[in-house]
Amino acid sequence: MMQELSLNILDVAQNSVKARASLITIAVDEDTAADLLRITIADNGCGMTPEVLAQVTDPFYTTRTTRKVGLGVPLLKMGCEMTGGHFSIESEPGKGTTVLAQLGLSHIDRSPLGDICSTVVSLIQCNPDIDFVYTHRTEKGEFSADTREFRAVLEGIPLSSPEVVAFIREYIGEHLTEIEGGKN
Amino acid sequence: MKSLAELQALRDKMKNNIGIRDDDQASIRVVVGMATCGIAAGARPVLAAFTEEVAKRQLQNVAVGQTGCIGICQYEPVVEVFMPGQEKVTYVKMTAEKAARVVNDHLVNGNVVTEYTIGANAK
Repeated sequence: MMQELSLNILDVAQNSVKARASLITIAVDEDTAADLLRITIADNGCGMTPEVLAQVTDPFYTTRTTRKVGLGVPLLKMGCEMTGGHFSIESEPGKGTTVLAQLGLSHIDRSPLGDICSTVVSLIQCNPDIDFVYTHRTEKGEFSADTREFRAVLEGIPLSSPEVVAFIREYIGEHLTEIEGGKN
Repeated sequence: MKSLAELQALRDKMKNNIGIRDDDQASIRVVVGMATCGIAAGARPVLAAFTEEVAKRQLQNVAVGQTGCIGICQYEPVVEVFMPGQEKVTYVKMTAEKAARVVNDHLVNGNVVTEYTIGANAK
């Protein structure tokens, strides 16, 4: 198990990076009315064939060459299913991949969301040439952080500059606090 | 609350500083292993600690980034430091606290923190 769902998100989003996506969308929806935590990670990367797609939830399938197991996707799937939720992936070669994880929001076995701000900041910092859109919704409201907007303001200053990274961290942190994101 | 206007002000401040950072020009590279193994072992706070320290000390010649699984999952979080003209240094079982020391001793002062390296930890 990962300690926090935000680490699962960081992990699964790395697959989008490897798929050479230019835009990765991460959406977290704390739906108290439906008692569901919905996490969507969508990319416009290379996508997968139906044959590969059928294998990705198998812990003994991986594309990496350094070892024989691939636990990232199976771990998130398990996290969903053990909380009465649901996990699915849609993918099309050349179009991209969408991962949808639904977890029981108030289920006792659900991992906490944890430090989602650090997850998004890490992704932006480590992949300054990829655009990320992070949306978070709670019953208190909704906000988005879009690197395309940051990029337009920055006029060529890289998103990975430590000063910019520090700004983005505060930007996301403050907006998240306002809507009480991750409190459930 | 932080706004895009503040980012604009930050941009103007950075543009006025001569010698603006450019990751392609950075002479020192720090990469943190961010595959499933690294993430599960605690790579994210290590990455954040390196970034914070580098920002705090305004080290213009250091780029902090990520790498995948290099196959020594039992030693994660793993951090590799590349300095020009020197052999790569591999730090293992890193923490945020250790990261601060690596920035101070190794990146700033050029002294490898031998006790955190894979050589000192391999069994």
